[in-house]
Amino acid sequence: MARAVTTQRKIAFTAAAWLIGLLIFFPILWTFLTSFKTEGEAIASPPSFLFFDWNLSAYEAVNERSDYPKHFFNSVVISFGSTALALLIAIPAAWSMAFVPAKRTKDVLMWMLSTKMLPPVGVLIPIYLIFRDTGLLDTRLGLVIILTLINLPIIIWMLFTYFREIPGEILEAARMDGASLKSEILHVLTPMAVPGIASTVLLNVILAWNEAFWTLNLTAANAAPLTAFIASFSSPEGLFYAKLSAASTMAIAPILIVGWFSQKQLVRGLTFGAVK
Amino acid sequence: MGRITLNQVTKSFGDVNVIPPLDLEIDEGEFVVFVGPSGCGKSTLLRLIAGLEDVTSGRIDIDGQDATALPPAKRQLAMVFQSYALYPHMSVRKNIAFPLKMAKMDKAEIDRRVGNAAKVLNLSDYIDRRPGQLSGGQRQRVAIGRAIVREPAAFLFDEPLSNLDAALRVGMRLEISELHNRLKTTMVYVTHDQVEAMTMADKIVVLNAGVIEQVGSPLELYRSPRNTFVAGFIGSPKMNLFGEAEAAKHNAATMGVRPEHIQVSAESGDWKGTVGVAEHLGSDTFFHVHDTGLADDPITVRAGGEVSLHNGDTVYLTPEADKVHRFDADGARIA
Repeated sequence: MARAVTTQRKIAFTAAAWLIGLLIFFPILWTFLTSFKTEGEAIASPPSFLFFDWNLSAYEAVNERSDYPKHFFNSVVISFGSTALALLIAIPAAWSMAFVPAKRTKDVLMWMLSTKMLPPVGVLIPIYLIFRDTGLLDTRLGLVIILTLINLPIIIWMLFTYFREIPGEILEAARMDGASLKSEILHVLTPMAVPGIASTVLLNVILAWNEAFWTLNLTAANAAPLTAFIASFSSPEGLFYAKLSAASTMAIAPILIVGWFSQKQLVRGLTFGAVK
Repeated sequence: MGRITLNQVTKSFGDVNVIPPLDLEIDEGEFVVFVGPSGCGKSTLLRLIAGLEDVTSGRIDIDGQDATALPPAKRQLAMVFQSYALYPHMSVRKNIAFPLKMAKMDKAEIDRRVGNAAKVLNLSDYIDRRPGQLSGGQRQRVAIGRAIVREPAAFLFDEPLSNLDAALRVGMRLEISELHNRLKTTMVYVTHDQVEAMTMADKIVVLNAGVIEQVGSPLELYRSPRNTFVAGFIGSPKMNLFGEAEAAKHNAATMGVRPEHIQVSAESGDWKGTVGVAEHLGSDTFFHVHDTGLADDPITVRAGGEVSLHNGDTVYLTPEADKVHRFDADGARIA
């Protein structure tokens, strides 16, 4: 017997879902609200929720003190650049692991994942020295390279999982139809894996956009992305919550909007109807 | 075009030897069916011909040229898969056009050929749909369409009908046979269904554990199976095989009689038994006769549709003397 879905039950579930959603979203909302307060209101106790004097003074101060467009540009270059570079390496890698596995493929996958278990700070000094000696410090190229390497294991794992869902017979059919390896990956595998690749891209862009450890440690002024822009507002002389919130809002807004719009695309996916 | 020769071909997966050295000739324009029980290596053999698997040793020639090391794309063969293996993100039109696009054919020629194939296969109405919106039979037709547009040297079919329901299977069987009559292109067809093999093949290759048991026309295999394996595999219902005393009378270790070569009588005959299950099909009746003393398994007999014998009735069976098959202790046919 199907479970009876009563109106009351529906209301209860909806309310619970909204509650949990709001709970998760609250820190972002609070940051957003705080960014429109003055420094005084930002630390007022008890805090005011909506009824304060909304003003843009924090944003004005932030824009006066730093160059937001430059940081934004750096973030875009670094996150999209590292994602594109990683995909270029990860698609063929995941293809070979998913469709022509060797004896040690599982071990290689585990080994790649194990590199993510290493605390990054453990390799900070060697990487810093390498970057210094090769002139990559505080360059966008340097950050693209390091973030590509940092996220590559996750990208390969994700693509590997998606590719494995694709029936090997379809790729064999492409081979029988005269497709070269390049055509097979370009015309058959990639379009079929579009939903998987899209979610991988989105996740990686978010990870790279938010990555703070390497971007803070390997940049100074030229290549600093938005993470460094936020960090510059948590100063040792005391916290300026309104300005910090304004900077944070400006930093996370783009990625939040991108995520919001692409989620439908990601969820929808292509229907696989070729194989019974 | 379309002559395939296998010379001492072997295939091992790791330590497992799937195909011991095997020789086979497939002539131009022939419809050859590989048949055998699951795991007999028939699909592996097809994949070796296709180039989807590499041979462990031996040589495969296609139209007189050594194709052993050629990738599938270069072998001029087209394949229809059991799962259809259509490209789900492409319309029917693009699916069928794909091999032509890969061959860098010009657009007008692609359109002409795709149009023709769609017409021949009754796909014109669905040409802009995606595979996901088609029924099983339509998908199978698209898969065949994709194979025929290329005008390949030979077609390879890997159990193409096993995902279809029974009625559709009979229809598609006919369509593929008609296609062969029209195109006169070599076809290599893998199936585990001996009815498909009998009805479609010019030449049947019976495989068992990677070894060719017999090669011949359907009727050759039916009339003179070379050993007990082929005898038991070809024909429906299966040939009755039994040994010991009765076989010794015919100077054989094992003797075999097909269900349709046994006379049934309620009064007299060579062997006496009891009717177990009687299957009335209308046109025929199949009796499973127990307690004949010939074998532990019941003897299957085919009689006319109107013979009325029922469970528990005593029945007398007489084999047609010239239709008795004799086999020696190794299971090989005694001429």
